[in-house]
Amino acid sequence: MSEVLLRGHELTRRWGGLVAVDRVSLELERGQVHAVIGTNGAGKSTLINLLSGELPPSSGTVELLGRDVSAWPQPRRARAGLGRSYQRNTVYPSFTVQENCRLAAQARHQRPWAWWRDATACEDTRAAAHDAAARAGLTDWLQVQAGLLSHGQKRQLEIAMCLATGPQVLLLDEPLAGMGAEETERMLGLLAAVKAEHAILLVEHDMDAVFRIADRITVMVNGAVIASGSPTEVRENADVQVAYLGEHG
Amino acid sequence: MDLATFLIQCLNSLQYGLLLFLVASGLTLIFGIMGVINLAHGSFYMIGAYMAFALAPIVAATFGGGFFSTLLVGTVLAVLMGYLLEWAFFSFLYEREHLQQVLMTYGLILVFEELRSVLVGNEVHGVQVPAILSATLPLGEVMTYPVYRLFVSGVCLALAAGMWFVFTRTRLGMMIRAGSTNREMVQSLGIDIKFLYRVVFAAGVAIAVLAGMVAAPVSSVYPGMGNQMLIVCFVIVVIGGIGSIRGALLAALLIGAVDTFGKVLLPSAAGVLVYVLMALILLWRPDGFFKAA
Amino acid sequence: MSMKTIFVFTCFAALVLWPLSAGSYGIDLVTKIMIYAILALSLELAVGTTGLVCFGQAGFFGIGAYAAVLLSPQGEAAALWWLLPACVVAAGLYAMVVGALSLRTKGVYFIMVTLAFAQMAYYVVHDTSLGGGTDGIYLTMKPVLGDWLDLDKPLVMYAFTLLGLMLAFAFLSLLLRSPFGRALAGIRVNEQRMRATGFSTYPYKLAAFTLSGAMAGFAGFLFAVKDGFVNPELMSWHQSGAVLVMIILGGLGHLRGALIGAFAFALLQELFQNEAVFGAFAKHWHLGLGLTIIASVALLPRGLVGVLGQLRERLVGRPMRRGAAPIAEVRP
Repeated sequence: MSEVLLRGHELTRRWGGLVAVDRVSLELERGQVHAVIGTNGAGKSTLINLLSGELPPSSGTVELLGRDVSAWPQPRRARAGLGRSYQRNTVYPSFTVQENCRLAAQARHQRPWAWWRDATACEDTRAAAHDAAARAGLTDWLQVQAGLLSHGQKRQLEIAMCLATGPQVLLLDEPLAGMGAEETERMLGLLAAVKAEHAILLVEHDMDAVFRIADRITVMVNGAVIASGSPTEVRENADVQVAYLGEHG
Repeated sequence: MDLATFLIQCLNSLQYGLLLFLVASGLTLIFGIMGVINLAHGSFYMIGAYMAFALAPIVAATFGGGFFSTLLVGTVLAVLMGYLLEWAFFSFLYEREHLQQVLMTYGLILVFEELRSVLVGNEVHGVQVPAILSATLPLGEVMTYPVYRLFVSGVCLALAAGMWFVFTRTRLGMMIRAGSTNREMVQSLGIDIKFLYRVVFAAGVAIAVLAGMVAAPVSSVYPGMGNQMLIVCFVIVVIGGIGSIRGALLAALLIGAVDTFGKVLLPSAAGVLVYVLMALILLWRPDGFFKAA
Repeated sequence: MSMKTIFVFTCFAALVLWPLSAGSYGIDLVTKIMIYAILALSLELAVGTTGLVCFGQAGFFGIGAYAAVLLSPQGEAAALWWLLPACVVAAGLYAMVVGALSLRTKGVYFIMVTLAFAQMAYYVVHDTSLGGGTDGIYLTMKPVLGDWLDLDKPLVMYAFTLLGLMLAFAFLSLLLRSPFGRALAGIRVNEQRMRATGFSTYPYKLAAFTLSGAMAGFAGFLFAVKDGFVNPELMSWHQSGAVLVMIILGGLGHLRGALIGAFAFALLQELFQNEAVFGAFAKHWHLGLGLTIIASVALLPRGLVGVLGQLRERLVGRPMRRGAAPIAEVRP
């Protein structure tokens, strides 16, 4: 019943002799949070880069909304509905929160030829920006310079910028990184609210958060998938316990 | 073109290419290891050439030395100058953005040019080839080749070999290579990174100055020679890849050949050829032939 | 109206009134400075707005200037209405080609490559008969527009240049707040982020670079028409360096910085070349200029535009940070 929005098929990425991602296949369905977990160096960030288009795969394909986008560069995939957030903060520190979101929304309505128009007066980008900021809970901070926000707020802004482009698929690279308990709650609430219309890929280290919010979990070790299924299945999987969860006791 | 002329042009292009490599290697090293783009690097070459001219009479008068003594004195002075310059000026550039480095070193070029103008003047000079090296070698029936040019090539090769040896076979070279990839780690290992950078910089300056001194009898000494050399070095570094010594060598030899043969075959287009070559290579490989070594 | 707008209007008002009190030398000097201000504005679009550090702006400037002379028919005055656009297009075309090749490189490579392409143009006019060699070439008759615009008269040239400067400034002001301009600003801060958002950044950068070159060509056209003479030194990298210094001195990232920088640089040049002040050292004015460049980059990271802000920070006692306001935690 759920539609598959993004499909990675046998994705492989080699750097010389090192295999960073080894024949990984996964699917993202609308209304689902699909978490990818693994130890450091397991290839999770590389996998996101392959799906988003920042890195070309050594082999394998990526399908977005039913189309083969393996040869598409990142901007094209983004315009087709693939949003991505980064592990490090990539907000524009000297712009206001509103401008950060508005600029992201502008990707949908670029209008490069209209040199005489005031960008901030364009109603469609403004509305999309306000909407995205509201969903991220940043309405009260619209006029604040992004560089002055707290770390947690910057991560929220990162998500808001993602949402402002009107994507169907969200690739989120450690959105909870560096957050305290309260901020984590807020972020998880945001993800739960956003989940319904989108397909979300979540790379995370925070195991409690992952098991709370994920509908599917894929476990990667040394670039390959060792288990994939519902949180219960993964928790009870012997290989996973040995390789990964065992370290957490 | 007959065989003898061809051979002469080959030797000329080799000599020019090796000279270019020497100067370019300093530029690419300083950038590759310290991350500083130094526009004034060409000025060191010019300073070397003017030193060869200006120091010769002083060295002769003081201790009766000839060309080789001048080279020695000049090199020592260059090392001192490089050491002082790094301490007083360049060490402040490491943390700065590229644009600021470009501008500050551009200001330095102006300062060097004017200092030279004040101290030595703006005239073009010739420097005598030392007597021992003034012979010529016969090539074929009619042509001969100056020994001095072979000497220049030899010096460049020797210096290049010396650099390679220091980098790959000595502890100092190892520390330098480590410092370029991970500054903090090297510091925490107790190695004085500031001193290391100072040494590398002084060496880079000394090599450029020495190249200028050695080239003076061949290319003559004129005000614009530093800037001319700098821009060609830029092209070499772009083609060869920043930080790559191997790339700088190959690119320098290529440019040497294109420039030398270009001047003979297409004199009016000679100045442009080098840039056309750069444009073509950029079309093919935007990161240069080799990435950082 | 903000302080910035008032400042800009005051500047232009002063420029309008200047000929009333200035003699012929003053008018000639300020015409020249205004031409350099247009050149500085063009570089500000590339460097300050988009983050493309171009060290070859003089190449486009020179092509605009040489095109004005070479395209003018011998012995008669060309018509302004086609000569001016032709020069702008010529410079813009070269900028497009240079940009298409150079934008494949990044960082330091880009700086070096743009410099080398300007050198290419320099050598073409320096070594070949096309550009008249080192002697340069003369514009025998200045272009006219019908019967009423005679650019041979200094006052007319001044007014025409001032109009050009105002139009260039207005155009860039509009462009920078347009969607295109905002995209350029985003590209400068974080190009990867822009790509991840869905902007194909290469066409934007190429367009900005081309526009920048075209505007530099406009400045070159004005230069050729004003003096009636062009020579290869217009394309030298000293010229490229000078323009870079102007926009840094004035303050990167602000259009009025280009204006301030052009005037400040020209005045510094006049100062250092002044024999009354420096005596015999006046002919070594490059020395003063070089030291000023070093000092201003070291001490004025935000340029003259930022001087007031820097002073304020010093007096209030907050640590001076380059660029953004002091960082502080915001309590929700």
